[in-house]
Amino acid sequence: MSFITGVGLTSFGRHEGSSTLDLMSKAAELAISDAGLKRADIDGVLCGYSTVQPHIMLATVFAEHFGIRPSYAHAVQVGGATGLAMTMLAHTIVEADLARHVLVVSGENRLTGQSRDAAIQALAQVGHPEYEMPLGPTIPAYYGLVASRYMHEYGVTQEDLAEFAVLMRNNAADHPGAQFRDRITVADVMNSKPVALPLKLLDCCPVSDGGAAFVVSRERTGENGVRVRGCAQAHTHQYVTTIPHFDAMGAAMSLKRTSAASGIEIGDVRYAGIYDSFTITLAMLLEELGLAARGEAAARVRSGHFSRDGAVPLNTHGGLLSYGHCGVGGAMAHLVETQLQMTGRAGNRQVKDASIALLHGDGGVLSSHVSMFLERVR
Amino acid sequence: MSGDWTRGEEAIVYQSCAACGSRQYFRRSFCVACGAPDPEDKHASGEGVVYATSLVVRAATPEARAHVPYNIILVDTAEGFRMMAHGDNDLEIGDRVTARYARFTDRLIPYFTRTTS
Repeated sequence: MSFITGVGLTSFGRHEGSSTLDLMSKAAELAISDAGLKRADIDGVLCGYSTVQPHIMLATVFAEHFGIRPSYAHAVQVGGATGLAMTMLAHTIVEADLARHVLVVSGENRLTGQSRDAAIQALAQVGHPEYEMPLGPTIPAYYGLVASRYMHEYGVTQEDLAEFAVLMRNNAADHPGAQFRDRITVADVMNSKPVALPLKLLDCCPVSDGGAAFVVSRERTGENGVRVRGCAQAHTHQYVTTIPHFDAMGAAMSLKRTSAASGIEIGDVRYAGIYDSFTITLAMLLEELGLAARGEAAARVRSGHFSRDGAVPLNTHGGLLSYGHCGVGGAMAHLVETQLQMTGRAGNRQVKDASIALLHGDGGVLSSHVSMFLERVR
Repeated sequence: MSGDWTRGEEAIVYQSCAACGSRQYFRRSFCVACGAPDPEDKHASGEGVVYATSLVVRAATPEARAHVPYNIILVDTAEGFRMMAHGDNDLEIGDRVTARYARFTDRLIPYFTRTTS
């Protein structure tokens, strides 16, 4: 058994002059204090990676910088799924009695620490070095390929995809920490600059500076009771060229294993935090996870199903698409927001019932999947 | 080992496993399906069908930017493996295509056009 006992999240956007370690430290401090703990109570550290500050042992560098001496520490790398993979590992570590309070932390000055070209290039390395990279693909192009095929298979339109960008922006409008808060329309998305068609600028998440952290503990440290009920993964491919089939990208497999580990089914879910690097990512994941039928997720957005007052509120902080994407910390913001919702601390964004939540992340090009069910306990 | 476009030659090479019959595109010293060693190099015909497309308008390097917009496509080849390449900007999913070769940045790359029969 494990609990998410504290969460910390910086604003995303420009943090001029802040380093990776600065942003990690800021988020870590918030999370530890939120859990009602002191730095010395932290005996495990898991951190992600930083494209701006690559290091062969970032967790130790961070622990030294932050002034803690954990009995367990290392970095984890699963692309966009890293945050949830670290949470799964932290859950496993505290269940195995290897540590009592594991700090899961990540941060990166991905926006101001490098040029936008450098950021785009660093990320494009998820492609095959010999068979894909020489063709000049970008991350939006990998997802653009996926989008074109998925739209072809299931009759999804560009206007359908735009609905997800509009929803995420509406959510972000109510979060002071979000990078983009001005409401947009489907027409705005359609008229935004083409990036890698069918994806346009507003179909893509931004590059951000920011940090996120949480504490995973064996026991509750206070009133806030958010329990990790179960987690699982699936890894079906690395490269877009080798995606096995668009009907089974790994999300469903990962979810099935998570249900087996937790006894919770998709129909039990009252709140969802789903990876949304692009509008197509969110559409495909919602449909493969069974939160909407194939080709019908956009209709569910239009009917309010995924709105704050709908049946399954989704990424109420604005997701990667509008809260922002600072690398590993980007998807960790989904878990931070989920924990706030589950503990009734989401303020003007509070949903009615977040008693059972599903978190799902993917890394690469829908390559690595991690799912997790969280349960509120009183 | 046969030369192909990844090594600057005008050819698309794939591998075929003598043990299980599987075909694979990414060069390896073993069959990715059954693990048998030394799959055989074979030349592809260059014929295929468009599986997916994405027209890149925002490139990441100055060298690639000189080529925008360029169409990145996935092609299901006649031999049964899938590959990434460039193609005409107006290609659509399901189009039958034939490989030619083009220069992109400082590289030779496969470039598909609609098959004329």
